[in-house]
Amino acid sequence: MIDVAFVVFSLTAVVSGYLVFRVDSMIRASFLLLASFLNVGAVLVLLLAEYLGTALLFMMTVEMIVMALFMVMFMMNPAGLNPMSMVHQPRVAAVAGVVAAGGIWAVALFAEFPDAPVVDADQAVRDLGFELLGQSMLVFESAGVTLLATMVCAVVLSAARGRYGDGYEGSVAPPLDPGGDHRPEDDLVDDDAAGDHHHGHGGM
Amino acid sequence: MSLVTILLVAGALIGIGVWGALAQQSFVMLMMGIELVVNGVILAAAGFWAETGAGGPKGQVLVIVAMAVMAVEMAIGFALVAAVYRARQADMTEGIGSLRG
Repeated sequence: MIDVAFVVFSLTAVVSGYLVFRVDSMIRASFLLLASFLNVGAVLVLLLAEYLGTALLFMMTVEMIVMALFMVMFMMNPAGLNPMSMVHQPRVAAVAGVVAAGGIWAVALFAEFPDAPVVDADQAVRDLGFELLGQSMLVFESAGVTLLATMVCAVVLSAARGRYGDGYEGSVAPPLDPGGDHRPEDDLVDDDAAGDHHHGHGGM
Repeated sequence: MSLVTILLVAGALIGIGVWGALAQQSFVMLMMGIELVVNGVILAAAGFWAETGAGGPKGQVLVIVAMAVMAVEMAIGFALVAAVYRARQADMTEGIGSLRG
């Protein structure tokens, strides 16, 4: 029974993961990616990693909804009405993918692994809780602080207002003399033309 | 369901993700490929924990780290896509041939 469920979930995960790059609509692609994640989450539950599987389900559902929003923002082919293929270097990419998968398959098939399966799922979840708030608390806390820093960085990066003004000129430092819209390029022009020629910046 | 079959599935997911990330031109699709790679990594790590770790909790902590990495990658990636689009009007990898601001 578990084996049948594993085959169904894992095949669905792989096939929907493949279809992500084959469908003609980015919305469909993001929901197929969600399907892939949900099926991997189900496999994690089958593996008795119940906490992780459930966390993956919740996290990925929210994350893929956000992704679908971005898909709408950047989508050039709404609703998949036209065939959509935006690929470059397809052969190199396919070879790289096959090599990556082949390496892992070779390890899976030819390496010797210890055989010590988990037996008690409830005990595993309880152990994980004590581990996260005990021995591995530094890891747990670092992940939390990293996520907080990520939120700040994401807001700063995507804000329409940059450090020195709006997003278009946010990367340019303000002029040293007050007033005037002095930009670094002006200096280069000045140097080339007349060295001691003085411009009227700053209300002179 | 054994570690070998789990790793075969994880390898397929990672391979598809690498292929997608390298072949797609749109930034958003490229990030979906990276997400798929992390998906496979999560599956492989959970498989190792479940089949070889005898129930020790450290393996699950690794999976939690991978999930945090995925969330960070998503958030920073989309913020960068928004920033690049604002500065360059580019949403394809060919649109930013150079990194000049």
